[in-house]
Amino acid sequence: MTSAPEALLALSDVNTFYGQAQVHFDLSITVARGHIVCLLGGNASGKSTTMKIILGLVKPRSGEVTFDGASLIGLSTPQIVRRGIGSVPEARRLFADMSVRENILMGAFVRNDRDAIAQDLDRMLTLFPKLGQRLSQRAGSLSGGEQQMVAMARALMSRPRMIVMDEPTMGLSPLYVDRVLELIRSINQAGVSVFMVEQNASLALEIAHEAYVLQTGKIVLSGPARALKDDPRIRDAYLGGSEAA
Amino acid sequence: MSSWLDHTINGLIVGNVYALVAVGLALIFGVSRLINFAQGSIYLVGAYIGWIAVVQLHTPLPLTIIVVAVAAAIVGLIIERFGLRPLQNSVRIAPLLATIGISFVLDQLVMLIFSPNPRALPSQLPDVRFQVGGGTIGPLDLLIAGVGLTSALLLFVFLRYTKLGWAVRATAQDRDAAMQMGVDVNRVNQAVFGIAAALGGVSGMLVGMYYNQIDTAMSLQATLKGVVAEVVGGAGNVPGAVIGSLLLGLVESYGVAVLGTSYRNLFAFLLLVVVLVVRPNGLFVSARQAPPEPLTGTFIAPSRPVNIPRWALLVAVAGFAILPLFPVSFYVLQTLINAWLLGMLGLSLTLVAGTMGQVSLGHAALLAIGAYTSALLSLVLAVPAGLAVIGGGLMSAALGTLLISPSFRLRGHYVSIATLAIGEIVALVILNWESVTRGPIGISGIPPLALFGYDLISPTSVYWFSLAVMVVLALLQGRLLTSHLGRSFRAIRDDDIAARAYGLSLNRYKSIAFIFGGFAAGVSGGIAAHLYSYINHETFNTQQSILALTVVILGGLGNVVGAIVGSVALVGLPEVFRIAAEYRILIYGIVLLLLVRFRPQGLLGTV
Repeated sequence: MTSAPEALLALSDVNTFYGQAQVHFDLSITVARGHIVCLLGGNASGKSTTMKIILGLVKPRSGEVTFDGASLIGLSTPQIVRRGIGSVPEARRLFADMSVRENILMGAFVRNDRDAIAQDLDRMLTLFPKLGQRLSQRAGSLSGGEQQMVAMARALMSRPRMIVMDEPTMGLSPLYVDRVLELIRSINQAGVSVFMVEQNASLALEIAHEAYVLQTGKIVLSGPARALKDDPRIRDAYLGGSEAA
Repeated sequence: MSSWLDHTINGLIVGNVYALVAVGLALIFGVSRLINFAQGSIYLVGAYIGWIAVVQLHTPLPLTIIVVAVAAAIVGLIIERFGLRPLQNSVRIAPLLATIGISFVLDQLVMLIFSPNPRALPSQLPDVRFQVGGGTIGPLDLLIAGVGLTSALLLFVFLRYTKLGWAVRATAQDRDAAMQMGVDVNRVNQAVFGIAAALGGVSGMLVGMYYNQIDTAMSLQATLKGVVAEVVGGAGNVPGAVIGSLLLGLVESYGVAVLGTSYRNLFAFLLLVVVLVVRPNGLFVSARQAPPEPLTGTFIAPSRPVNIPRWALLVAVAGFAILPLFPVSFYVLQTLINAWLLGMLGLSLTLVAGTMGQVSLGHAALLAIGAYTSALLSLVLAVPAGLAVIGGGLMSAALGTLLISPSFRLRGHYVSIATLAIGEIVALVILNWESVTRGPIGISGIPPLALFGYDLISPTSVYWFSLAVMVVLALLQGRLLTSHLGRSFRAIRDDDIAARAYGLSLNRYKSIAFIFGGFAAGVSGGIAAHLYSYINHETFNTQQSILALTVVILGGLGNVVGAIVGSVALVGLPEVFRIAAEYRILIYGIVLLLLVRFRPQGLLGTV
């Protein structure tokens, strides 16, 4: 942490609307190259919409989104993915009727280097050894934790420079939660930046470098994860500001 | 029984043809959750391109097949690019309506270019029959089976082993997730439209050769059969569509063997209704799969209706009421009478489709029920015409609601399919129930309208009568919409799950809407019967259903005044501009397309 790390992804002054309703108010978030950045917030705070903005699934009314210095505004989702952003969507969103193998290979849809894809598939199986015996199984028949593994493997198959994850621990058993966090850390150590949206603040802050707290569309708190971990305002932000649990 | 083997072979061959149409529908539904009502038009276009190739260009058979496939695929790509892609972010009903508009435009273009007269399409194959077991099979049968199997194999290879094929499957299962893998969904759409059109076009050509006849009526029939087969197999399920098609072919073939050709379609639609009622997700979909279409919320374009002051409406009604006192021609009155009759149908459909959100494509059946009831009451039982018309309205309300009730649990596009099928069933029953309806001969000599013993023969009196009936129906409907009933209807339309959670019984409110709508449409049909003095099973056809739909979309879905304004516009403007009859349907189709694209809320706004 000697020099300020360079920004890989930057959202600046983003304002988003669903019809009349404003979802984001001058939202600004930076993901430094090589970092894990985590966006925290309660329900309806605008977290998932932030993911959709990055992926081009929702267009902001104003503001700028840049990835590696180039604007993403106006690009389609496939174009953005080709720029090097892999996605682990909320609730996994696997292709339920396709096999696990096909799901993982769908992650490499933007690539054309057959041999390297085959190698990467093998790499995924060492990273997620459990999936080896499941390759020909329907993805929809897997447990939630296994599906999360497939979703992560699928996202990595595009060889992304950054992965965005929407609530990767949602609905998983405690055992799998630890496993997923461990995997996110090791993915990150392999050089992939991570932007994740989470409800579970204490877990997310364990592995993140920086964190932002979103409340009804505004960033109310941000900073290094270590500093935020003990900040009482985190809890306040979650509970709407007043009462304690 | 050798003939049973023949019927089986025939059923499987016809099923193969249906499969070529249905597989395309299933691909498109899978990827974009859209039932492509223009599929039959592509089939029609394919048949005529085949005719050009065979009869004009004398191409050899293999080349003919390739020419038809490529040309039809191009038509499909054009439809996707210019008809549907602009509607991607539009309301859910928009693409459905667009495909209906496209099918009207294509069918009419073919009719204008080639004339409606049937043409022969020779098969270019030797006319021999081979003995197989107890039955016979000809080279054309083998060709159709061969094309079917080859297409299935190619499609399997495409979906299983090519990158684009994977993209198609992934998009069908989760569109957003596929995009996040870098799949360009527009390309996927293009691919499936191209493939669906190529298969549909070849299918049309093969059918033309099979019966050695092609005509423009093929289009709607093909769409209907394809949709039936697809829904039976499970919407969006490609292998299911093949099995559904073969099943449909067999059911029809055996049905025809037992009861005769005029029953062929009846079996198809009964099969559809049974499947929709018993297993709306199709025969081959397991229960775990979510219903393919949670159509709620933005089904129709939300808008603020144009507020028309009460005095302006009064002035308009008074103006039209005193119109006959001025020296206007019989022709003007006749046109306006047609507008008032269509207006009643529009009121009915705008309530059911707009306010209630049940987009009916078989509304002409309600006209037919009202017309036949009223005609038969006055002819057979000598009921005075005025009372007979009311009887027609009541019968249409009762029978229409009863017939549609099995589809009350359906949503979105399925309602449209079910109503289309029920409409066809009504027409087929009228055709086949000769002892009552006099079958294909129709009913002639229907007495003129009468009120309290006075015959309404002069155009002026008919004009006043129909205007008065329409105004009364409109006032009743306006009252209905401002009551709690109207609110309940709209609540169910906008979110039926939420409405149910608040204790609204969907069945009850849908019944009320159909009873009221059925009455208005039945009265319109009844008046029409006495006015025309002759009706048959084709008097009230699908074109009228679509015309009514265009009327209510033009006026603004759910908008009472809009339905009437839409009727006057669609009946009146072609008269003002003296547009020849054969161009009118074309214009209705274009109007529908333009509306959906540029003003889905209609002239006066949705309510």
